[in-house]
Amino acid sequence: MSDAQTRIADLVKSNDIVLFMKGTALFPQCGFSSRAVAILDRLGATYETVDVLQDPDIRQGIKEYSDWPTVPQLYVKGEFVGGSDIMMEMFENGELQQLLGAEA
Amino acid sequence: MPMAAIEIERLIKASIPEAEVIIRDLAGDGDHYAARVVSKSFEGLSRIKQHQAVYAALGGRVGGELHALQLETAVPQPENDQ
Repeated sequence: MSDAQTRIADLVKSNDIVLFMKGTALFPQCGFSSRAVAILDRLGATYETVDVLQDPDIRQGIKEYSDWPTVPQLYVKGEFVGGSDIMMEMFENGELQQLLGAEA
Repeated sequence: MPMAAIEIERLIKASIPEAEVIIRDLAGDGDHYAARVVSKSFEGLSRIKQHQAVYAALGGRVGGELHALQLETAVPQPENDQ
């Protein structure tokens, strides 16, 4: 496993809820990341964010980690949940509340 | 380089043959699309796997030449309204 993959695995395992995104929760740098943050905030979730724009290795590595080509990516309890479209769908049908509620 | 909606539809259908594909150009710039893909082949697959099948159909373009593809996937529902 490359260094980036190890670092990503550590981030995913050491945080119950972690969002890999472009920018920060306060200043998202992309509409999709902004939407992901808005959903988590709306649910009152406590979460960590990782700004992939600050680290080219993580930015590239996260695409390989879950075989997912885009950012944002949400991980809960070490499991890949999806990108912002899946988050929105799960938010609308109540699944995300359930998933995050169990962690609160 | 921007991609035409018809090209996105062609690529998805080429690899998911029985797929029903609806593409909307969100910004009119050939770079921000929304796609809804409905296919029987998605049955039994998690949402993540369904999206990955569409990304695979687009052969690495998503996140690259195709910056933004808002994606929705579904399994066809039996007609119950007629």
